[in-house]
Amino acid sequence: MDRIPILKLGSALLVTVQVDMHDRLATALEEDLTSKIVAFGAKGVLIDISALEIVDSFIGRMLDNIAAVSRILDADTVVVGMRPAVAITLVELGLSLSGVKTALNVERGMALIQRRLEEFDADDED
Amino acid sequence: MPTTRTDRLEIRSSDDVVRVRQQARTMAVAAGLSLVDQTKIITAASELARNTLDYGGGGAVRMEVVEETGRRGLRIVFEDRGPGIADVEQAMRDGFTSGSGLGLGLGGAKRLSNEFKIESALGSGTKISITRWKT
Repeated sequence: MDRIPILKLGSALLVTVQVDMHDRLATALEEDLTSKIVAFGAKGVLIDISALEIVDSFIGRMLDNIAAVSRILDADTVVVGMRPAVAITLVELGLSLSGVKTALNVERGMALIQRRLEEFDADDED
Repeated sequence: MPTTRTDRLEIRSSDDVVRVRQQARTMAVAAGLSLVDQTKIITAASELARNTLDYGGGGAVRMEVVEETGRRGLRIVFEDRGPGIADVEQAMRDGFTSGSGLGLGLGGAKRLSNEFKIESALGSGTKISITRWKT
């Protein structure tokens, strides 16, 4: 079965979704990410969906689930690169992805995770 | 001359849901829909294809570029021979689900379409037709 690759980027994980995901692929990504967060002690997860032409309620729920599980495992999830037409459609569909942090692109998403890491380090020094 | 009508596409697995999305995209482009309108009808088609699979026990879809009273749009019709919906009004409500989903499929698909028709009879199946017009 094919898998979506997960790259390690410092203390974060980067997932670039480049294919139209069928449901099993989405479910596999959820499981793979969870085990990699633990294996690498990752503090952040960046999911780049700029290649996705649509996000339906199934994929929306997957993003929400990933964010909720990562939070429990002490990692922040940032979804980046959502196309404007996808954002408009998601809201009309009734999904606001309220549990998910978003950023316009990978750089800004990375900066968001970096900022949290710095706060984390500062807390450590206290 | 672009294709204005597709053959019946069977919906039997989650791979078929992906196929429905791809075909909806091709047809939405053929109908001349804007990018936002394309995205809306493809998303609605994805929701309904998954409903057909999960609740209707599989079925089929047909797509057609329609022209009516000077308007052009894309019409997508889903049909299954599943158990049917006991209470359509209840099923349309956001958050209602008889399965494990979010309950956004029917209501969401309706909001993403300009026209939405549903016929369902207990024991004989469900037919849903959505249309998005070029703006």
